[in-house]
Amino acid sequence: MAGKIRIRAQLDGDTCEVKALMRHPMETGLRKNQAGDAIPAHYIEEVTVTHNDQVVMHSYWGAAVSANPFLGVRFAGGQAGDTVKVMWRDNTGATDEGETTIR
Amino acid sequence: MKRESGAGIARRGLLRMGIFVAAVAAVPTKLWATITKPSAAFAATDMDGTFAALGQTPAESAGIIFTTPDIAENGAVVPIKIEVDESLLPGVRRLYVMVEKNPNPMAAMFSMIEGTRPYVETRVKVAQTCNLYAVAETDSGFYMASKETKVTLGGCGG
Repeated sequence: MAGKIRIRAQLDGDTCEVKALMRHPMETGLRKNQAGDAIPAHYIEEVTVTHNDQVVMHSYWGAAVSANPFLGVRFAGGQAGDTVKVMWRDNTGATDEGETTIR
Repeated sequence: MKRESGAGIARRGLLRMGIFVAAVAAVPTKLWATITKPSAAFAATDMDGTFAALGQTPAESAGIIFTTPDIAENGAVVPIKIEVDESLLPGVRRLYVMVEKNPNPMAAMFSMIEGTRPYVETRVKVAQTCNLYAVAETDSGFYMASKETKVTLGGCGG
């Protein structure tokens, strides 16, 4: 995969804090370019965070999430060395995912 | 055997797609079966419509700690944080973020499984000065907290 997601997972006591930064234009479909033509909507619709292949958080987004989205979530039960993944799918069907190990 | 390179690339794309689908399919079906996109709520154009699409107007709750900037210099990137005090509001399954005066108030919906903290941090676009809502869905209904953010520069690329 393109691997455009920067992701970090860090333990804080029994809670694992995941921070992810995705690269995406998040176009609402409401803006116009200089010629006055509408720029088509292009935004991430679905984001999933997994811990050792178990989903811990699943979300649906609208176009109101900022460009190059940031996401922070926390879950219990993680251990150092475990795998954390963040995956997204946008409204055009494109996908990306990023992976890291818990520190 | 010689193969056209174009076909090879398409094949690789399909393979990638397969990996993603497999990853999605591997998650507990129980969770995924219950999560469908609340399209009506995302399509609603005002707060009343959004709450109606969810099925309930949330009650105010002190258990939701909603952190937003009072003044946003750039409406295109407004950091928000939702935390839930689980002693006041237990059993949160979902968190929603709504921006009152956006074309579609519903910005995002987050579903947690057991073990995932009712906590989320992200950044949203805020078209103009208005109230931001953090809504929590629990087994006993919907709860919310709201805060106003003043926008000095619009969220639509202004």
